[in-house]
Amino acid sequence: MNNLNTLQYSYFPGCSLATSAKESNRSLISFCRQQGVELTELRDWNCCGSSSAHSIDAHLAHHLPARNLALAPPDRPLLVACPSCYLRLKRTHMEIAEDSAAREEFQRMWGRRFDPDLEIVSFFEMLSMIVDQGRLKGLSGRLNGLRFAPYYGCMLMRPPKMRREHTFHGLMEKVLSQTGAEPVRWPHKARCCGTFLSVSRPLVAAKSVQTIMDGAARANAECIVTACAMCHLNLEIRSTRPGRIPVLYFSELLSLAGGIGQGEGWFRRHLIDPRPLLRRHHLIA
Amino acid sequence: MKKNEYLQTESTNRTDGSLFCMEGADRGFAKEVSQRSGVITDLCWHCKCCSGGCPFAHAMDFLPNQVIRMVQLGIREQVLSCGAIWLCVGCNTCSMECPTAIDMAAVMDALRQMAIEQGEAIAEPDILNFHREVINSIYRHGRTHKLEIMLRYKLQTRKWLSDMNTGLRMMSKRKLDLRPSKVTHIAAIRRMFRQNPGGRP
Ligand code: SF4
Ligand code: SF4
Repeated sequence: MNNLNTLQYSYFPGCSLATSAKESNRSLISFCRQQGVELTELRDWNCCGSSSAHSIDAHLAHHLPARNLALAPPDRPLLVACPSCYLRLKRTHMEIAEDSAAREEFQRMWGRRFDPDLEIVSFFEMLSMIVDQGRLKGLSGRLNGLRFAPYYGCMLMRPPKMRREHTFHGLMEKVLSQTGAEPVRWPHKARCCGTFLSVSRPLVAAKSVQTIMDGAARANAECIVTACAMCHLNLEIRSTRPGRIPVLYFSELLSLAGGIGQGEGWFRRHLIDPRPLLRRHHLIA
Repeated sequence: MKKNEYLQTESTNRTDGSLFCMEGADRGFAKEVSQRSGVITDLCWHCKCCSGGCPFAHAMDFLPNQVIRMVQLGIREQVLSCGAIWLCVGCNTCSMECPTAIDMAAVMDALRQMAIEQGEAIAEPDILNFHREVINSIYRHGRTHKLEIMLRYKLQTRKWLSDMNTGLRMMSKRKLDLRPSKVTHIAAIRRMFRQNPGGRP
């Protein structure tokens, strides 16, 4: 399906990457381009429903992701950038695949046969594939000596139905180590950031965020690395104590490691300014 | 009854297939939860791994396993009106720990939806308001528009001043777009809402 030189993916950015986390979106696209991965944004995609639909409305929680599945061209895998959108889309795909009534309903609603073979992949899955095939290119010691705390949050968690799915725990450490960066050992890499509690019960979320921030700082990390826009936002807006450290997107660091992104203005958009740190490491001017 | 009393009821193995014996217990309730969530709550043996691992248990009025216990015992009203079902963010941390693979997030989803449908008192109205504003935003644009969600949420909860600073900092970094990102074929989204058997959430 894919020729050897370029990999073709449909691309689902999700609401956060399309708006508040543009720096994550753009760095991910730049990195993919550098690695010979061509992304075509899913035409007219819609919100997956996020936590709110599955919290209060089972109908929308099912059909919002389903419409996106119906939009996906059959000839290429669908890359879902946001870890929580990924879970929603993948789970809905599993549910429809298992249930003939749901398949019929899908066809009735979207005028298209449900494709049980549609491959839905997360950024981690795609990256891991590139690494395993030995085709990761251009990342050399540029991040030398950068101490980072790899933060996965609930990305490492799966509902029981999806237990056999790979979580790619350790991928950030593995790939960034190849670029000279040094992962610190710390206890909170899988602690949930609080998601929507950050809005409606800010003190509860702040407690989680503070634990994460303090843990990373205590482990002597210079920055936290995340792949999730929700985690990124919560860590930035709900940490208040002095001594807090910058939070970088995995894709931003991958881009810098590959020698791209220095002048793109991604880092200006951060609420905890990472530029002094990046300058110290000669990664930006 | 005080908060924890009814959670300490003795359990016995019963010949009718149900694990618990309690006078007047509403077993239909557990069945309804099972049907909606796909989870057999009777499989929970209260090892409390879930509650030990839940990052938000400290803020909950009942621990996650106590919520399951209340379902098993059929204490409908108390469980549907408790705060824990709203504080659960569905992070799945507990499910990874659970030896019997209880999908806690799915149980909590079911309980929240039942609480709304059955008109129970909502323990955390702000959290429900937030979810409603997110869904309203999807109705209008097919995608979420953060600035609008925040403003309408503030309007609902009348907490204008809290978080003003955060909002302004986000604005200054252009993290809150003034205009929404929109789905073109919005009719498809609206139709999905119209076909909702539960009506507008
Ligand atoms: S971890 Fe599972 S079995 Fe143990 S108390 Fe929680 S839900 Fe019940
Ligand atoms: S899914 Fe809910 S109950 Fe389970 S750990 Fe997360 S917040 Fe706690």
